[in-house]
Amino acid sequence: MDSTENISAVRPPEKHPCLRLFLSFLKIGAFTFGGGWAMISIIEREIVDKHHWIEREDFLDLLAIAQSLPGILAVNIATSVGDRIRGFKGCVSAALGTIIPSFVIILLIAIFLTPDTIKHNHVISSIFMGIRPAVVALIVAPVITSARSAKIGWKTCWIPVGVATLISLKLGFLSNPVLYIVLGAVGGYLHFLYSRRKLCK
Amino acid sequence: MNIFWQLIRAYIKIGLFGFGGGYAMLSLVENEVVGPGWISEQMFTDIVAVSQMTPGPIGINSATYIGFVAPGSVDPAYATIWWGLLGSCLATLAVVLPSFFLVLYSSHFIRRHHESGVIKGIFSGLRPVVVGLIASAAILLMNAPNFNPNGITWQLVTNIIICVAAFCLVYFPMPWNHKKLHPIIVIVIAGLAGYLIYGL
Repeated sequence: MDSTENISAVRPPEKHPCLRLFLSFLKIGAFTFGGGWAMISIIEREIVDKHHWIEREDFLDLLAIAQSLPGILAVNIATSVGDRIRGFKGCVSAALGTIIPSFVIILLIAIFLTPDTIKHNHVISSIFMGIRPAVVALIVAPVITSARSAKIGWKTCWIPVGVATLISLKLGFLSNPVLYIVLGAVGGYLHFLYSRRKLCK
Repeated sequence: MNIFWQLIRAYIKIGLFGFGGGYAMLSLVENEVVGPGWISEQMFTDIVAVSQMTPGPIGINSATYIGFVAPGSVDPAYATIWWGLLGSCLATLAVVLPSFFLVLYSSHFIRRHHESGVIKGIFSGLRPVVVGLIASAAILLMNAPNFNPNGITWQLVTNIIICVAAFCLVYFPMPWNHKKLHPIIVIVIAGLAGYLIYGL
């Protein structure tokens, strides 16, 4: 796979690619409830399935970058996807698209309402009683699709199962996601050295 | 030091040292904004609650809100919409920009060395870990506040049904057009269901 060829292949052919990217992420930002992870299934559908701007496997690599750096996960994901599709302009459009809906909504709340009125609004809280369990389902779905695109089989399934179990047990240091990112990177590097040595022999 | 500089400094710090996104960052945010007395503890809890009830990343929500409120609460002279607007723009930019440039730089670096076996090897090791991270996010959200906030059994059962139904809608192709439903449509349906079940 040639890297330059690969990049031009994923560029959107539309007339205003950055505008399309911005609008896509505006949609994503407006419907992301419950943080960056809930975004994944919407991004997958918009960017991978609908517009075919990136491959599913590349998306997984971008998620790895976004998760291993500090900052707001949703913005990191948008930045890395935007950069992959359209370079600097792309990541500015994607990041702005993600930020603007929540910025505007919170600003309106701050100007016209108090947090208390929202918190005790019966209609809004009942709507969110329904949305919250659905958001969990929206995070379970990409677990399966990404496990497929990462080609996880019986030999490798202990890695995600182990990582998920240890993190969700909340064991302090052992449950820090950054630890597993580092371990995964080191493990991948060692595996690369090992397979190269075997190849040389 | 001017309150606006303090806001920028606090949110750059949050953007640079907040790993793990969302709720993992909350204690850091709390330290930075409740500590200097910009907002009260109670107000902070309210902002977190509102962030859960509005779309968008919780980090952005809190930066926008606190940036708006903090200048006025520190100095009454700043208690106007325009100073608040300035504060929320500055705080939001400050929390986003550090990681924006970090992501930009590292994805350029990785793209430049895309061909190298080392980078390929590293990513082949990272992919299964990322699958595990997504799974852990899902498991961590399967908690009482999301499924059973009031401790009532029929609500727990209803919420589990909503979750399973949402999964089926988003994962399996629909029988009439053999396409999966868009996740946004699933969120809208779930919100409607929530209103019909709990709101009426």
